Amino acid sequence: MYKYDQYDQSIVDARVDEFRDQARRRLAGEITEDQFKPLRLKNGLYLQLHAYMLRVAIPYGTLDSRQMRKLAYIARTYDRGYGHFTTRQNIQYNWIKLEEAPDILADLATVEMHAIQTSGESIRNVSSDQYAGASADEIADPRPWAELIRQATTFHPEFSYLPRKFKIAVIASAEDRAAMRLHDIGLRLVANDAGDLGFEVYVGGGMGRTPFIAPLIRAFLPVDHLFSYCEAVLRVWNRTARRDNIHKQRVKILVHQMGAEAFAAAVEAEWQEILPNKSDVPRAEFDRIAAYFTPPAFEAGDREPDRADPDFAVWLDQNVKPHKHPGYAIVNISLKPIGGIPGDASADQIDLMADLAERHSFDELRVTHAQNIVLPHVRKADLYTIWQALVDAGLAESNLDLISDIIACPGLDYCSLANARSIPVAQKIATRFAGRQRDLGELKLKISGCINACGHHHAGHIGILGVDKKGTENYQLLLGGSGAEDASLGKITGPGFSEDGIVDAIERVTDQYIAVRQDGERFLDTYRRVGMDGFKEAIYG
Amino acid sequence: MTDLLRFRTDAAHEEPAVSLDAFVEGQANASAVRLEAGDDARVLIPYLDRIMLVEIGFPKFRDGRGYSSARILREAGYTGELRAAGDVLVDQIDFMRRCGFDAFAPDAPIDEAVLTRSLERYDYHYQPAADAIVPVWKLRHG
Repeated sequence: MYKYDQYDQSIVDARVDEFRDQARRRLAGEITEDQFKPLRLKNGLYLQLHAYMLRVAIPYGTLDSRQMRKLAYIARTYDRGYGHFTTRQNIQYNWIKLEEAPDILADLATVEMHAIQTSGESIRNVSSDQYAGASADEIADPRPWAELIRQATTFHPEFSYLPRKFKIAVIASAEDRAAMRLHDIGLRLVANDAGDLGFEVYVGGGMGRTPFIAPLIRAFLPVDHLFSYCEAVLRVWNRTARRDNIHKQRVKILVHQMGAEAFAAAVEAEWQEILPNKSDVPRAEFDRIAAYFTPPAFEAGDREPDRADPDFAVWLDQNVKPHKHPGYAIVNISLKPIGGIPGDASADQIDLMADLAERHSFDELRVTHAQNIVLPHVRKADLYTIWQALVDAGLAESNLDLISDIIACPGLDYCSLANARSIPVAQKIATRFAGRQRDLGELKLKISGCINACGHHHAGHIGILGVDKKGTENYQLLLGGSGAEDASLGKITGPGFSEDGIVDAIERVTDQYIAVRQDGERFLDTYRRVGMDGFKEAIYG
Repeated sequence: MTDLLRFRTDAAHEEPAVSLDAFVEGQANASAVRLEAGDDARVLIPYLDRIMLVEIGFPKFRDGRGYSSARILREAGYTGELRAAGDVLVDQIDFMRRCGFDAFAPDAPIDEAVLTRSLERYDYHYQPAADAIVPVWKLRHG
C-alpha cells in the first residue's frame, strides 16, 4: 500500500489548515454561503436534508487497518456511530457539524487520509478494481497508476473550477469490476504486440439524467504519457463545454455532441500542444510509487477449507473469489444484510473488519463500488475463522452479486436532491427475495432516488428510479443495464409503480425469468435474448 | 472595481484593453486585449510579442475557462501582464498565480491577510504549471 512521504503529508496538513480557515471565515460571516459552497464541496462537505454530510476519500478503495479504525473513530466521535460506504469506494458520514469538520480532517490527516476533491466541480477520487493485486486476470496492478493520478490531479491549478465533476477509473483486466466505462475517463491497462504497456482510453461515460457508455477515443496510450493525455482531455473539455446549463456540462455531453471521432481529434491536437510542457510524471516516480504495491509475502501451501458447515459452504461459494496466489482467496464482506441499509456499517463492524484485515489479509482492505468490503489476501486456512467472526458481527450475508446485494443511494431519507426514498425499497426487496435469491443467480439490482442516478439504476440488470409523481413517490422499472465489461444501459419498462407495487413488479419479472430462462443463463442473458417484449406482458398483463 | 492587485515590478499598463473581436478586426496594433471567458486565447498567439496586457474576464467565480486561457498564453511564451478581472475571490488566487496570472482586478476587495496566508500555505505542489514551482516528483528524484 502507498505510504505518504514528507511531501504528501505536508500537502494534506496544509489542506486541513486551509479548510479550517475557510470554515472560520464562513462561521464569522466573512464569506457568503454562495462563496463557501464550492469551497466546502471541494472538500466533500455537503449540506443535506438534516445536517452536513462529509465524504472521505478512500483512494482507489484501498486502505489499511489503522485507517479503517480511524473511520470507526470518526463515526463514534462526530457522527451517530456508523458510516456509509459509497459507490465511488469512499465513505460518507451523514450527521456532521460544520464546526467539527476541520477537526475531522485533522484526525484523518494523522492516518494519511483526507476529503480532498470528493465532491464539487473537481477531479474526484480515482476509482479502481477492488481485486487489484489479488486477481489472476490482471496484467499488472492498476493501483500505482491510480496513485499517480491521485497525486497529479490533487489541487491541479488549471482544473479546479471545471464545468462539472470529473471521475476517472483505472482497471487492468478484461473483466470490469469498476464500471470503468461509466466514468468521465475510463482507463484499461493493456499490452500491445510488442509487450509494452499502454492504456485504452474511454472518455465520456456517466450516469445522471443523460447516461452514456464511454466510447474508446484512443486504443493504446503509452503509459508514460498518461497524465499529459488526461490533461489534454480536461483542457478540451474545460475550454469548450457549455457553462449555461448545469445539466449539459459533463464531458459526456460534449463527447456526444462532437462525436467520439471529432472529440478524439481535438484531444490529440491539444495533447501535441501540451507535450512540450513536460507534465508527464517520469518513470522513476512511477517506480517509486509501484514499489509500495509489491505483492505481500505469500506463504506456500494450498489447503482447501473444510466445507462441513453448510452455511459456511454457501458463503464460500458466494462471497469468496479465487486469488492469483495458490493457497489464498479474496473475501467479500457483504454490507447488505437482509433488511439493512445498503453500504452502512457501524463503528464496531468497521473496527472488526480492521482487525480481520490486520490479522488475516496483510493489513489491507478494499471498498467496492457495489458498497461492500473486500479482504484481498486471505489464506484459505483462515477462511472459517474469518467467517465465524463475520457471523458474530452480522456481516456474513452470503449474497454477493445476488438480488439482495443492492446498490442504493441514500435517497429521500438523507439527500436534498432526492424525489423518493431508496432505502425502504431496498429493504423490502431484500426481504421479499432473500429465500430464493440463490435460485435467481447473479442479478444486480440498483436503486436511485432521483434522476441524478447515484444508485446506478441505469447499470442495473434491474434498475429502479424513484420519481415524484404529483407529490407521491413513484418508481420506474428498468431492465437490461450493466456496468461490467458488457456495459449497457437499462430500458424503462413502462408506467411506474408505488413503493409496494415495484416490489410486486420485480417478483413478476423474476418469475418470468425463471419460466423462460435456458440452461446457465443469468437474468441479464435471458433479457438480452428475449428482449423487453419477453417481459412486458408479465409485468403489465 | 477595487484596487488592482499586482505581482509585477513593472508599471501597470494604462492603455484600455480592446475586445478580442476588435483586436482581430483591425485594432491589431493595440497593446492591451481583453478576453472573455469563452474567447479562444490561441487567436492572440501570433501577436504576443507586442501585447503588454491581457485581461481575462471572470463573469462568475465558478467559471474556470480563464485558467486554461492563462496557461495557454504563458505556454506560448507570453511574458506581459496577465490580469484576472471580475468575480475573483481570495481562495482562487493561489491557483490563478500558478496558471500564470500576475495581476488581479477583483469586483470585491480581497482581504490581504487571508491572501498572504493563502499564498504561503502550501510548501509543495504535485504538478508543474505556468509558474516556477518545482513539482513534488522532481523534488523526490532530484
